[in-house]
Amino acid sequence: MLNIKNLHVAIEGKEILKGIDLTVKLGEIHAIMGPNGSGKSTLAAVLAGRDLYEVTEGEVTFEGEDLLELSPEDRARKGIFLGFQYPVEIPGVSMVNFMKTAINEQRKFNNLQPISATDFLKLMREKKEVVEITSNLTNRSVNEGFSGGEKKKNEIFQMAMLDPKLAILDETDSGLDIDALRIVANGVNKLRREDNATIVITHYQRLLEHIIPDYVHVLYRGKIVKSSGKELALELEEKGYDWLKEE
Amino acid sequence: MTTLELQEELAKLYNKNASHIAEDTSELINKHRQQAFEDFKRLGIPSKKNEDYRYTDLMSYLKGEYSYEIAPSKFSVDLDDLFRCDIPELDTFIVLVLNGFYYKQNNPVGLPEGVIISSFAKASIQYPEIVNRHYAKYADTKLDSLAALNTLFAQDGIFIYIPKNIKIDKPIQIINIGFSFKNLRITRRNLFVIEQDSSASLLICDHTLCPRSFITNSLTEIYTGDNASFNVIRMQNENGNSSQISNTFVYQEANSRFSSNTISLHGGLIRNNTFAKLNGEGALNKTYGIFFGDNDQHVANYTHIHHAKPHCESDQLFKGILDGNSTGAFNGKILVDKFVVKTQAYQRNNNILLSKTARMNTKPQLEIYNDDVKCSHGATVGQLDENALFYLRSRGISNQEARHLLMYAFADEVIADIKLDPLRQRMNEMIEKRLRGELARCENCKVHHLGN
Repeated sequence: MLNIKNLHVAIEGKEILKGIDLTVKLGEIHAIMGPNGSGKSTLAAVLAGRDLYEVTEGEVTFEGEDLLELSPEDRARKGIFLGFQYPVEIPGVSMVNFMKTAINEQRKFNNLQPISATDFLKLMREKKEVVEITSNLTNRSVNEGFSGGEKKKNEIFQMAMLDPKLAILDETDSGLDIDALRIVANGVNKLRREDNATIVITHYQRLLEHIIPDYVHVLYRGKIVKSSGKELALELEEKGYDWLKEE
Repeated sequence: MTTLELQEELAKLYNKNASHIAEDTSELINKHRQQAFEDFKRLGIPSKKNEDYRYTDLMSYLKGEYSYEIAPSKFSVDLDDLFRCDIPELDTFIVLVLNGFYYKQNNPVGLPEGVIISSFAKASIQYPEIVNRHYAKYADTKLDSLAALNTLFAQDGIFIYIPKNIKIDKPIQIINIGFSFKNLRITRRNLFVIEQDSSASLLICDHTLCPRSFITNSLTEIYTGDNASFNVIRMQNENGNSSQISNTFVYQEANSRFSSNTISLHGGLIRNNTFAKLNGEGALNKTYGIFFGDNDQHVANYTHIHHAKPHCESDQLFKGILDGNSTGAFNGKILVDKFVVKTQAYQRNNNILLSKTARMNTKPQLEIYNDDVKCSHGATVGQLDENALFYLRSRGISNQEARHLLMYAFADEVIADIKLDPLRQRMNEMIEKRLRGELARCENCKVHHLGN
């Protein structure tokens, strides 16, 4: 479904991604690991359509369509979801209004009528359970005053609400205690199906104890330097990233 | 036209009509005109050289040909049929002011005993004691020449009196209408007196009914007695050819609570000056506002909060969203006298510029003459948060819709403070329409359908 070929990306003239190749198929979970500053978050942001970055070379297709031509909102409507490393606080925009707007924009894109109030509330209730959110989100502003764990749970909650084809989770494990990590990972696992796919970006191996990837890629200095099965994650945990630098 | 020429023209206008202007008001009102005239002649029309009007280019809005009516307008249309404000579930004691004059001399029915809502001119004759106790006591004509000009021309407006120990749950509503076949100068003078231990809330809606230009000089004096509570919500929604200069003077006794929420939705020039004197211990003053500008509009809010007694608290919050070539200004002054200890004074002004050509000038001005004061101020001018915008878009929300959500959220902090649910809801709807570039009007308010 996702094909990345020779992707080069720069920010303010500085090249960050230096030729990425990656293919993701339906039903797969890919983990992208790598030391800080290797370009992991840049890759996630470029796939979601952040315009701070300039694609200087290469191509990305999603379900056969040129992804780089699309606006962030169109990418989302076609089924791409980015779980933010640092979810943004938006005071004054309620979670309910935010989610309702997002769902209805997606429905409009698919030529569907806006969701009814009762169906929407039902959906909210259902999806809150996926990430064990017990608090009342209805009146809260988007991420405002949320703890680190709540913010990450909220990302997976939004993912559950929007039911994407491809979810890209950027450092979803960072800043989580062990309980929150388990809840977030369970959420992702519950949402896993044969007709969707997930890219998990992480620095540490511990998330991958809960979300078992089919492939692990190591990103280093803007390039994927190694790809293998899930055992690669363990090897990285054991040896660190230094041995790769030598290879 | 220069400021001097305009000043002379207005002086001439007054001299020519002096006897007519003073005809319907009592001597209590008229005796102040001479002093006001002298103040006006001395102060002149403020030019940009005047520090307080540095960012408000009055002359560019005030020049031109305008008529002046010294008697209430007479129309063949049935105004009762036109002025029907029906905010759902909002039941108010409603009064109308047409071109500065109280419209129809019958007061709202069902008012609690002793409560007066009436024509200002009529009140000056019928209730001389109350009027004399308060009129021209808070408005300082020596400070602001437009206040002097208002006192010079004052003929009518609204008088509200709430005697001691009365709590009115039902809000009072004043609808100010500009409607004329010629460009028109309007003077409005209001006096609101809320006595000890009483409470009331007031909604003021300013409208123009036709595309003519109106220049309105409005002045309101407000007195809140010991432990009184008064809440004023004002919606300024006039056409883009019109200018409005509003001076509001608030005088607060001990433990009184005054709050105002001014929503400047639309207008050519909107200049709001708010002066508050906290003259009794424990008084609380909240002055909030949200303003919107586009095209060549100018919206300026000037505040002057004077802490004259200890243990008082004031809180100012003004937010603005400016687009196109519009300009805005905020000048917030906090004055804390010597020995006025245990003072809390807060001030914040946040602005969003949506275009490269929109401009905002903001200036805090703190004068504090003792050490035992808790005070804060902050001002920001910026754009919509790019991170927030991307976050919303990454969930499938269009750029335009995401921008609306953020602007709406920005305004919400001010609107959320409106306690009356139906009114807050209506204000939210109006703001949403305004942000979408639709003509912001109440659906059922027939006022608009005549003019536009």
